[in-house]
Amino acid sequence: MSERIREKLNILADAAKYDVSCSSSGSNRKNNNKGLGDASSAGICHTYTADGRCVSLLKILLTNHCIFDCAYCVSRKSNDIERAAFTVEEVVSLTMNFYRRNYIEGLFLSSGIFKNADFTMERLLKVVKKLRLEENFNGYIHLKTIPGASEELITEAGMYADRMSINLEMPTESGLKLLAPDKSHQEVIDPLQLVQNQIVQFREEKKLIKSVPKFVPAGQSTQMVIGATPETDKDIMQTADTFYKKFDLKRVYYSGYIPISNDNRLPVLGTQPPLIRENRLYQTDWLMRFYGFNVNELLNDANPHLDIDIDPKLSWALRNMQHFPVDINVANYKMILRIPGIGVSSAKKIVQARKFGRLRIDQLKKIGVSYNRARYFIQCADTPAQLKDYQGTQIKSFIMAESQSKYRNTTNNQLILF
Amino acid sequence: MITYVYDGSLEGLLTAVFEWFERKPGAVLLRQSNLHQPDAFQEDFVVLSDRKKADRVWAALQQKLSKGWIRRIYCAYLSELPETHYHIFELVCYVFQSEAGAENNFGNEHVLSVSQTAKKVEREKHRMEAFIRFQETTDGMFYCAIDPDFNVLPLISKHFKNRYADQQWIIYDLKRKFGLFYNLETVAEIEMQFTADTIKSKAKPDMISGKEALYAMLWKDYFNSTNIPARKNTKLHIQHVPRRYWKYLTEKQV
Repeated sequence: MSERIREKLNILADAAKYDVSCSSSGSNRKNNNKGLGDASSAGICHTYTADGRCVSLLKILLTNHCIFDCAYCVSRKSNDIERAAFTVEEVVSLTMNFYRRNYIEGLFLSSGIFKNADFTMERLLKVVKKLRLEENFNGYIHLKTIPGASEELITEAGMYADRMSINLEMPTESGLKLLAPDKSHQEVIDPLQLVQNQIVQFREEKKLIKSVPKFVPAGQSTQMVIGATPETDKDIMQTADTFYKKFDLKRVYYSGYIPISNDNRLPVLGTQPPLIRENRLYQTDWLMRFYGFNVNELLNDANPHLDIDIDPKLSWALRNMQHFPVDINVANYKMILRIPGIGVSSAKKIVQARKFGRLRIDQLKKIGVSYNRARYFIQCADTPAQLKDYQGTQIKSFIMAESQSKYRNTTNNQLILF
Repeated sequence: MITYVYDGSLEGLLTAVFEWFERKPGAVLLRQSNLHQPDAFQEDFVVLSDRKKADRVWAALQQKLSKGWIRRIYCAYLSELPETHYHIFELVCYVFQSEAGAENNFGNEHVLSVSQTAKKVEREKHRMEAFIRFQETTDGMFYCAIDPDFNVLPLISKHFKNRYADQQWIIYDLKRKFGLFYNLETVAEIEMQFTADTIKSKAKPDMISGKEALYAMLWKDYFNSTNIPARKNTKLHIQHVPRRYWKYLTEKQV
């Protein structure tokens, strides 16, 4: 019995690992019924895998049987792999027992499509209902919306899940058509729109009637695969921006494509996953959401790709030297946030602290500003006078020379003699 | 300069503030009595912890500061670092002597130091919430022993009480020799007697419930199958899960 469970867990966890979403924050479900779990706090990463990604939820597929044949997916119909399926009870007991031991924050449940969309969604719904209603489970549940499932099922699932998500897979419609001819972006947009409308409706009702139940309290998210098709960074981030604005998404995830098949439409097996590019895309995402950047400032027709060797904020600053140097003792918060080497918490501290006197370099360093990077862009109380104006390219070479990027090629052109 | 000698408790620390304002001796040094070395050329002043005086200071502080800052000061106190206690003392004196809002002067070393230490303590608290791994014992109790860098048990008690409302659990701090026990109603402080060979973060094998081995194994399996070997990044892994915490983690045991 335990051997079979082990086998299933291995197969179905392995199949689910390419879904990168693992956040467990943003919900407000409290443990009011003396049950198990409390999803009201900020998320917790309980451990990290050897690749440095966090493990916060028990991320599994209900089954990896699938009727679709999408070229980028391990569980595609034509792929010759072991197949397995969990029963509802098995998923529930795994979740409860892992949660009791403080291994996880909750459940991330996805599934291959077997028979049809409604049948699959129904099974997912059964798991969630059993956890919530029979086991009094108040932990976090992230549920995949199955494209094409009926509105009633999706709405009902939303009453029990904390977050729902549905993956865009490819950043552009043409990319998706290339790899998964039977899929379209519209299939993703419809359920996203449906859930979003319901969230808004429940929120409005909540204002009038206190007892309105929760509906997807942690919002929706989506995921795009990067590097499988030849989109530019500009395409990717503009799609992300549109989805953030249109569906009020909590997150867009970018997943560097890991070659899994010999399909000639895809990068060949053994190609390194585009980890640096993925990192730069996340940095851009953060700049859009927390630093007040517009996507067009970072990526436009003149710069359709992000710099690989420097981060997008520094890259923007070097292209727009007319805004610098910024006097941190007078500039507004928004402008301080745009200085390379200053993050959100440092910027807030600076704005608070300068009310008590002009700030000096040593204070900035203590506050947490990365001064070696910021020095070319700021002026503070004791900045030494400088006669020369440096060009963007010069500043870039100074910063590159003294910083140690983990991505820098270790091969050195210069022969090292000693 | 006078040296204020106190007993290391929060009460003592707050009493020291009270005594300072009563006397206004100018700059002082603050020393814990167990770490204090009397100096031939400096005067000592022994602060006797006084509940009433401490309460007065604490109440005044609550009026002066936001809830966030009260928590920061409490967290910084739980760090148990002598120099941080000194920074708290200086910060509290500074706040009382200044206009409202002075606590946001991050250019002041005491303000910055207290807020940075508080952040460290909160980080350790968060790590404990993440890295504690319960083991189910034969009598249905969920047990875990830890030795955190800072005294975070008072901070994590509410989190675990809310979360595991339907199971009895014990979290024991091996370093500070006290623990928390939840009896399905309230959380109580407990002390346990260990013999030399039982001081371990794991329960004794004969005390562990039969299901424990199965779920520990399933969890290890899950941990391994969710890893993507093509993305291996050991540096990042260690950054997130520093080696000193591995002893707690079921998935890191061979």
